[in-house]
Amino acid sequence: MTRNPQLNRNGELQHLLTIDGLPREIIAAILDTAEPFTEVAEREMKKVPLLRGKSVFNLFFENSTRTRTTFEIAAKRLSADVINLNINTSSTAKGETLLDTVDNLAAMQADMFVVRHASSGAPYLIAQHLAATDRDHIHVVNAGDGRHAHPTQGLLDMYTIRHFKKDFTNLTVAIVGDVLHSRVARSQIHALTTLGVPEVRVIAPKTLLPTGVERMGVRVFHDMREGLRGVDVVMMLRLQNERMNGALLPSPQEYFKYYGLTPDKLDLAKPDAIVMHPGPMNRGVEIDSAVADGRQAVILPQVTFGIAVRMAVMSMLGGM
Amino acid sequence: MRIQITNGHVVDPANGIDKPTDVFIADGRIAGIGKAPAGFAAEGTIDASGCIVCPGLVDLAARLREPGFEYRATLESEMAAAAAGGVTSLACPPDTDPPLDEPGLVEMLKHRARLPEFAHVYPVGALTVGLAGQRLTEMAELAEAGCIAFGQANRVILDTQVLLRAMQYASTFGFPVWLQAQDPYLARNGVAHDGEVAARLGLTGIPVVAETIALATILHLAQETGARLHVTRVSSAAGLEMIRAARAAGIAVSCDVAAHHLHLCENDIGYFNPHARLDPPLRSLRDRDALRAGLADGTVDALCSDHTPVDDDGKLAPFDEVEIGATALELLLPLTLKWATEAKLPLARALARVTSDPARILGLDAGTLGVGRAADICVFDPKASVRITREHLKSQGKNTPFLGMELDGEVRFTLIEGHLAYSAPMG
Amino acid sequence: MPLPPAPELCRRLAELMRPHMTPKTALVGIHTGGVWVAEWLHKELGIALPLGTMNVSFYRDDYSQRGLHGGRKPSSIPFDVADAHIVIVDDVLYTGRTIRAALNELFDYGRPAKVELAVLADRGGRELPVAATYCPHVLSLPAAQSLNLERAEDGSLAFTVVEK
Repeated sequence: MTRNPQLNRNGELQHLLTIDGLPREIIAAILDTAEPFTEVAEREMKKVPLLRGKSVFNLFFENSTRTRTTFEIAAKRLSADVINLNINTSSTAKGETLLDTVDNLAAMQADMFVVRHASSGAPYLIAQHLAATDRDHIHVVNAGDGRHAHPTQGLLDMYTIRHFKKDFTNLTVAIVGDVLHSRVARSQIHALTTLGVPEVRVIAPKTLLPTGVERMGVRVFHDMREGLRGVDVVMMLRLQNERMNGALLPSPQEYFKYYGLTPDKLDLAKPDAIVMHPGPMNRGVEIDSAVADGRQAVILPQVTFGIAVRMAVMSMLGGM
Repeated sequence: MRIQITNGHVVDPANGIDKPTDVFIADGRIAGIGKAPAGFAAEGTIDASGCIVCPGLVDLAARLREPGFEYRATLESEMAAAAAGGVTSLACPPDTDPPLDEPGLVEMLKHRARLPEFAHVYPVGALTVGLAGQRLTEMAELAEAGCIAFGQANRVILDTQVLLRAMQYASTFGFPVWLQAQDPYLARNGVAHDGEVAARLGLTGIPVVAETIALATILHLAQETGARLHVTRVSSAAGLEMIRAARAAGIAVSCDVAAHHLHLCENDIGYFNPHARLDPPLRSLRDRDALRAGLADGTVDALCSDHTPVDDDGKLAPFDEVEIGATALELLLPLTLKWATEAKLPLARALARVTSDPARILGLDAGTLGVGRAADICVFDPKASVRITREHLKSQGKNTPFLGMELDGEVRFTLIEGHLAYSAPMG
Repeated sequence: MPLPPAPELCRRLAELMRPHMTPKTALVGIHTGGVWVAEWLHKELGIALPLGTMNVSFYRDDYSQRGLHGGRKPSSIPFDVADAHIVIVDDVLYTGRTIRAALNELFDYGRPAKVELAVLADRGGRELPVAATYCPHVLSLPAAQSLNLERAEDGSLAFTVVEK
């Protein structure tokens, strides 16, 4: 098998493509680096000059205003020039391939690509292409690829957990919902297990779990009440609209009844358990408003920390 | 032309020969083994010192990409690859463009392939028009044009009634039916084995039940119709077990596996390696080991290359968008040898799976060095290792997961009906 | 001339600064050594405004060569920078690049009335036109050596010279 393509020969982060296989020290370094960036956001002058003169291209082959905006803010706070491209409708429709697009933008002296793509592995393809064409100085950040990975989301979730719980090695964490289709869940699972969380649970009906998920180091629960008992952290996943009615699930109503996070179900977790969600939320489908807006929810801090974590990732890559 | 192959070690599984001896060729046929026929005076000799002399390989599946996909490969490029790989007979699946569903197309292909340095080409005709799974093709006419069996390549016949009728009609004439077992619903959007690796990489999985359910249907229909069934590219332990059980129940069924599935498994997808995107998908290590054991004990009849040249652009895309398949004509022999070494099998037994056994499935008098048979011969050095590089590959397709690897077994000479189709560059 | 012990330099630095302290004076220590010195001075000089700290790694000019280095400590400027009299405190003055970065960062918070620099030691080797306002000791070290301030568990400070 080839070398982990996101690390360079010295074992340093060259691209951020997935959390799977990322050494614990690098995850810790990203979280540590993010900490001082949280303070930058509180200043009147919310900018530091680290990436001044660098060009960051947000390459979004799949539309997501929300994620794109967080990367854009992070890059701008590092003083980078940010160019946003939503490509799902433009050039690829005219037959230009993914790599044609990358070549064109690389020729415009890009320093970093932030890539969102509907196909698992697309950012790998870009990173491998850049390596094969001696353009290793251009960095790739995976902003979500298919069902594979969403590493910055996984990292900001870890930052949030560390902020509220301090230590990972005594936690029980439950991930609830559509794990099968979720790149967020995969990144969370890898991050949690790498950071030494002793028990990671996934809670979902069988139709929303990938085959062999337990081999990723998680305990599987189908009964949400049982799965939430005594947990320190509840990580809810978003249920995409198109999965709600059909062969995966009969209806959003039934899903909410059995797998929606309601106050009475949350009562089974530890009293100081925190509730997380990557957003955007489907209130009344996967989460009850009383929980989403309740005292245990840390969903808005997640968003704030997300900027700092993305600044940390970009500044660590950009300084290479 | 009379040729003597000297100093080699002859391995001819069909005739139980496994010893150092000479082979005598006259008028394109084997004239004698060990002892020169009376009055034989060689006009040329081939020095096979340190080499194995065996029947030319018979490959049950090699896509030549003609007609229709000449940008991926041409008859010329792939025939050069076959000769360089020691392959002297090959069956080509009907999934060309247009598919091999009309006698004219088959005649054209046979005609184009008629050069002396080209391997013998045996087209598998389309079982249904356009491989669409709706109307039967003119099988008898296609057989006259040269088709040796009928199949769907890796397309399915969704309508089981059409499948029943197709098998009934083929069995009317005694034509073999070659089918690949994969339920299209269970395999929907699937790009990898539904297991640990697909779960981790977020790839849509193709479960083993996609194979076994389709296989159950096919086996029941074979029993019902009495069709001569050959199952192509078995991929799972469970599928293999069903074939074993069907045979025990008296169903006439043969099967093959692809060389990739003998050596690779889902883990070889690594970081989305596009060359590991195959159909059927590479399955678990356990499945791979079952296929190896099945091929060794004869449950699997033959090993084929499933050669599928793809142009570079076809592989430069995200994993779920890349073209399926791998180039393998030139790798069939080294991959067979690798398996034999790893499984500690006698060379003759391993070579049978790529010579006499596939010839039997094709109903050909090939894959043998029997006196009087066509002199289709492969001479190879089993100890010489070859680095698989883009430059090394004669096939127009450079798409193989073995790129960059060293494999033992270098073909030195390939003879097709006594004609020297390939000789390795010296030094 | 041998380098006096760090505690003595701290006391001498405090005496240099004491006559110039006003109610509008604020101290800002640079992570990590500068913060230790600033903490001590803050108490010793009875500074009224809360102590500021800065992690200047986001402003360093060697980022593109060395990447991002520096600890987890965020900057903290808990007073209004505008029109303040600010003394930047660091342990050692060397090339001047850290001070350049600190000035840049400070100005992102506002426009101070006056900025001064206090260090325990000036080891020479300047690469920028930067000078300390308050400095009790000047020495000359070869470039191959670095002068590091360390803090023991009991809080006492000490200098070490390290071969790079």
